[in-house]
Amino acid sequence: MKFEGTDNYVATEDLMVAVNAAITLQRPLLVKGEPGTGKTMLAIEVANAIGAPLIEWHIKSTTKAQQGLYEYDAVSRLRDSQLGDERVHDIANYIVRGKLWESFELEERPVLLIDEIDKADIEFPNDLLLELDRMEFFVYETKKTIKATQRPIVFITSNNEKELPDAFLRRCFFHYIRFPERETMQQIVDVHYPELKRTLLSEALNIFFEIRDVPGLKKKPSTSELLDWIKLLVSDDVTPEVLRSRDMKTLIPPLHGALLKNEQDVHLFERLAFMARREGGT
Amino acid sequence: MFTELFYELRKARVPVSLKEYLLLLESMQAHVANMSVEEFYYLSRATLVKDERNFDKYDVVFGHVFKGLEALEEDDAAEIPEEWLRRLAKLTLTEEEKAEIEAMGGFNNLMEELKKRLEEQQMRHQGGNKWIGTAGRSPFGAYGYNPEGVRIGQDGSRHRRAVKVWDRREYRNLDDSVELGTRNIKVALRRLRRFAREGAALELDLPDTVRSTANNGGYLDLKLIPERHNTVKVLLILDIGGSMDDHTRTCEELFSATRTEFKHLEYFYFHNFVYEFMWRDNRRRHQERVPTWELLHTYASDYKLIIVGDATMSPYEIAYPGGSVEHWNEEPGQIWLDRMLTTYPSAIWLNPVTERHWTHSQSIQMTKQLMGDRMFPLTVEGLDRGMRELSR
Repeated sequence: MKFEGTDNYVATEDLMVAVNAAITLQRPLLVKGEPGTGKTMLAIEVANAIGAPLIEWHIKSTTKAQQGLYEYDAVSRLRDSQLGDERVHDIANYIVRGKLWESFELEERPVLLIDEIDKADIEFPNDLLLELDRMEFFVYETKKTIKATQRPIVFITSNNEKELPDAFLRRCFFHYIRFPERETMQQIVDVHYPELKRTLLSEALNIFFEIRDVPGLKKKPSTSELLDWIKLLVSDDVTPEVLRSRDMKTLIPPLHGALLKNEQDVHLFERLAFMARREGGT
Repeated sequence: MFTELFYELRKARVPVSLKEYLLLLESMQAHVANMSVEEFYYLSRATLVKDERNFDKYDVVFGHVFKGLEALEEDDAAEIPEEWLRRLAKLTLTEEEKAEIEAMGGFNNLMEELKKRLEEQQMRHQGGNKWIGTAGRSPFGAYGYNPEGVRIGQDGSRHRRAVKVWDRREYRNLDDSVELGTRNIKVALRRLRRFAREGAALELDLPDTVRSTANNGGYLDLKLIPERHNTVKVLLILDIGGSMDDHTRTCEELFSATRTEFKHLEYFYFHNFVYEFMWRDNRRRHQERVPTWELLHTYASDYKLIIVGDATMSPYEIAYPGGSVEHWNEEPGQIWLDRMLTTYPSAIWLNPVTERHWTHSQSIQMTKQLMGDRMFPLTVEGLDRGMRELSR
């Protein structure tokens, strides 16, 4: 069970080492990196590659650790008691399983994705320490311990909005997805658009890295934005010549809306383009 | 086994614990990484370092700890006699592999080829020493694992590339005590947002009320939670021009980061020190001035004041009337700063100058004293302390 990237995911060597370490030693892997560098995709692709079922748990600011384990649905129980339903006598009927429980009970060893853990409350990771360490927890209502049949492969992503507690970090492997270099980026695009013309691709990459170098951008375009943009270029049948010919008339690349996601950034870019044009004109 | 790496990391203030060290040993035992230096580098990084800010420190320590070893390994490998090598290869090869080698022209042929390539490479590359080293090592890989293993250049280059990985020190700008990028600042400023949830305003928590009422056997049990609102108001005052030109970029990054963080963010510019007026737009600084009094009256005292400036100037500019380099100021700058601090009790000064150099500059000392010691360096770690101070 070695992960070596897939048909549509290019994994760098350091990423492979980290993933394989996490799989072999059955510890969670914490993945950080700029938005849009494929943190969430990683878990999906690993699940694909090793043929394991994937369970996704997306974290929001209101998510509690307990929700991943189980919830006691008191409201339906209250309703059932009013209606005189027989089910009301067994509390186990009102225990709703969470994602973690689900992943513990699968026959096959699953991949569990805990997405954007930093969105949750600061205590959230701490509340999951024991559960992720021993892969078991106790259900108070039914007085039962739930233990994982197979330790799931856990991927945790973070956007760095909050610092994670040390005790939590100590239990994980850590990988930081760096923004890909030109060659890696070329590989990534190749994987997604194999029939793309080389010239178009290299022109597009030129523009893309130029835009990333513009100082003062609020949100630099990332891999996923590049892929979207190329998709648009291809479907619009933009030729490499058009991309290259942007020198005098317009400095703004066609369909830039896919790359720049922020009004101010577009303004900034237009202003720079205007200035460059004026300089070029005189 | 890697105790030195472990202790060197701790010495470099990378927070590594025993648990992580044992995990590393465990993964070595489980053969997660091959025996290549590069893979070991990645593996131990994934195990020991849990924050990209520490990657650079790790690179430095790793390079330092393994520098000697790597050199040793190469020299040794270069001196392994061919005979010995051949015997070893014979010992470890399976029958099929031997057959495959036979098919390629036999052992001797392969060895000849290997020698030729080695010589070629030595000639082509001036620094031939390294090439023998890596190449000398690669026949192990070549004969041990891969019957077609004469591709020395490729196999060996892994080794060289690995050295580069940490020598390149790509994570330098993620180290929080050195540099500051927009992303880093955002992390620190989010801290401020976290304190923004004022506990006073209460609203009914309907789901919790229903739940606890049900738990309570139907008796009403009201639950309240504090309202989640970002109510932090920030007054940001930036030094621009003059000695700050070096730091303008850093400041603008801070500025662009803050603008997205707060609902109420007012910003003004000043030059060198605060006097009786400031301005909003640096291009029109001489036309559109805002009197500082007006500023003090417009923005209530619940605004948090953040001043960004290097505070590096002549002490006269702070202490004397008329000390300003740009205009005649009736009152000394320190009175103005004092007024601002009276209006805004919650205030900090962020200084892009490295903290170590503060003691060398009299004006920095004066400003720091005026601020009541609330001056912090413009690094993530400094911002962190500053935000903690502001939220007190």
